[in-house]
Amino acid sequence: MNKLLLIVRREFIAKVRNKSFIVMTFLSPLLFLGMSFLIGYLSSINKDEATKIAIYDQGNVLKSSLKSDKETAYTDLSAMPFNVAKDTANKSYEGLLFIPKTATIQDLKSKVEFISDESASADFIFGIEKVVDSILTQDNLKANNLDIAKIEKAKVESSLKLSKYSGDVSLKGINEIKIGLGFIFGYLIMMFIIIYGNFVMRSVIEEKTNRIIEIVISSVKPFQLMMGKIIGNSLAGILQFIIWAIVGVSIFFVATTFFGVETAATSMSKANPEAVKLAAENSGFMAKLPLYLNEIWNLPIATIIISFIFYFIGGYFLYSSLYAAIGAAVDNETDSQQFLLPIIMPLMLGVYIGFFTVASDPHGNIATIFSMIPFTSPIVMLMRIPFGVPTWQIIVSLILLFGTFVGVVWFASKIYRVGILMYGKKPTWKELYKWLKY
Amino acid sequence: MNTILEVKNVVKQYGDYTALNSVSLNVPEGSIYGLLGPNGAGKTSLIRIINQITLPDAGEIILNGEKLNPNHISMIGYMPEERGLYKSMKVGEQCLYLAQLKGMSKQDAKKQLKFWFEKFEIQTWWDKKLQELSKGMAQKVQFIVTVLHNPKLLILDEPFSGFDPVNANLIKDEIIELNKKGTSIIFSTHRMESVEEMCDYIALIHKSNKLIEGKLEDVKRQFRTNTFQVGVMTQNVEGLMYQLTQKFTVGQTDFKSLNDDLKLEVQIGNHATNDLLSVLSQNGQVTHFAEKIPSVNDIFIQTVTD
Repeated sequence: MNKLLLIVRREFIAKVRNKSFIVMTFLSPLLFLGMSFLIGYLSSINKDEATKIAIYDQGNVLKSSLKSDKETAYTDLSAMPFNVAKDTANKSYEGLLFIPKTATIQDLKSKVEFISDESASADFIFGIEKVVDSILTQDNLKANNLDIAKIEKAKVESSLKLSKYSGDVSLKGINEIKIGLGFIFGYLIMMFIIIYGNFVMRSVIEEKTNRIIEIVISSVKPFQLMMGKIIGNSLAGILQFIIWAIVGVSIFFVATTFFGVETAATSMSKANPEAVKLAAENSGFMAKLPLYLNEIWNLPIATIIISFIFYFIGGYFLYSSLYAAIGAAVDNETDSQQFLLPIIMPLMLGVYIGFFTVASDPHGNIATIFSMIPFTSPIVMLMRIPFGVPTWQIIVSLILLFGTFVGVVWFASKIYRVGILMYGKKPTWKELYKWLKY
Repeated sequence: MNTILEVKNVVKQYGDYTALNSVSLNVPEGSIYGLLGPNGAGKTSLIRIINQITLPDAGEIILNGEKLNPNHISMIGYMPEERGLYKSMKVGEQCLYLAQLKGMSKQDAKKQLKFWFEKFEIQTWWDKKLQELSKGMAQKVQFIVTVLHNPKLLILDEPFSGFDPVNANLIKDEIIELNKKGTSIIFSTHRMESVEEMCDYIALIHKSNKLIEGKLEDVKRQFRTNTFQVGVMTQNVEGLMYQLTQKFTVGQTDFKSLNDDLKLEVQIGNHATNDLLSVLSQNGQVTHFAEKIPSVNDIFIQTVTD
């Protein structure tokens, strides 16, 4: 059997048989779900407790418009003398909303006061302002002898229809979904690179500390061993990813059938803009959900998946060969920290650049440039792809990525070759540079 | 006699440091060849080049009549000084893996493993992880891994370091047996007594240069000082000493003897041994007469300190 294959197989089996791998594979989706539920639950508790607000309405203008709801409970203290009300509010309420008596209602414009030691939430302030606004507006309308009922009737709430040149109708909010999806893919790649890069590094260090390395490289070339390690570990990673994908896709399938989405594969009627428009006009989220799921189905799924595979392989190989070189250069994991920083930096940069620039303008200059630079392209380009990226850009970026990958592997294998036989002291950057010339 | 390994003017440099300065060696087929030298002399560098772990900067290596090439990997068995095995891998799987890396087929490897496991009576270890074995047990596995593929040339770097005396003896016997079956052995060590005992050829590398090479007896002959240890029973100590010092360089020495004799070390220089014998026998009864043969240790220290 080919020696590279033998190494790949050993690394793969060693990784997959590892208890932590099995636990990680099956536990982390559960953990992920558990965390989501926990966060959801905690934020629901957070909302359950209604904020208690006292009202002191001297002119009796506002209190009838302020209705208690799940989030805020209003109590009218206007009957008390103001000082008593203030004290009571200070003791047992979150705050006191003070509406002074003014000559005209219009004077309230800047007179309504909220007294509280804690700063009020933006939502609350906005809500109160809205109530005051509407009362003052109605008063204005009345003063000008305008029929409020007619005006209300004349009001229109428009909804912008988003569509593409191909005629497909887009839904509002789909951009957020695209950002989310791109972000998930980009983040996934970063996590994979860091986790599996570390596995490669640990496996190199293990062979060094076990002192088996010299026996192995008297049988195979160091380059074969390094590549075998990288490939073997990546296969384990891909297996883990496939397991997660199968779990995820089945959940998605269950969700789509549950909400009754007709997929592109089963029906052409989804393209009927009338039906989409009709459904879009139904304002309930539940009614719109099938449309969103439908929209997700209609994303360039094939492009996303194919590019994910290519960028995953390119990015992973690029970085894990560096991880392998670092593993070879040091004797134990603690020594690796100073060398790891320059590796983590571009990864983090990719995620942040992607998050801020792609979200605001997926085809802007910065986003485009960073989706070309090989060290960030696997992350940034994947974030851009759901928004539709010209094929030539993907091709150029992939060529750059794989070209750099070849260069970096050459560079890493030089350090690896020398490093695996060096024991004792931690090398300096200068020494690593010297090794390149051995 | 055929040469299994020929090293021709091999140079290896690490940056500005020269690890091997045009070193040439000839290892005869079927020999046990001791590669000696102090720490940092360049032995390991040379061994790594022979194992194709690193490449020489200049010079060439001829193995079994051919220029060194990747096919030779399966012909060499190498036990490095820094050695170990995968701790969390099962013994059997590990041996199979390493044997296959050496180019053996799985079937062959299994067959050979069965032979060696039976020989060392360790069949029950097959499914054990290496970390469950004691150090001595792991050493046996290590040795099996080295010789499993029936190498023509066995390179052992400090083979006995870390082995307990029982295992060291076991391994020594196995090495000698393999040698009798025709395996050539290169033996790099600091343990001079095992060189003395096992090697028929030696080479000494010091500060990146080869200083000595040859058949062990030839090297010893080269280093002979024509010094003899003699024991003589005499009444006339002063007369004897006077006569001896006229012709030879004389010193005190000690050796085991049952007689109450005068023990001397005499360097005869260009004189014949009989000249010394006649002086001794004229003055008393000769009880001991032996040439002082330089030990490998003496040769080593003398060469390195010169």
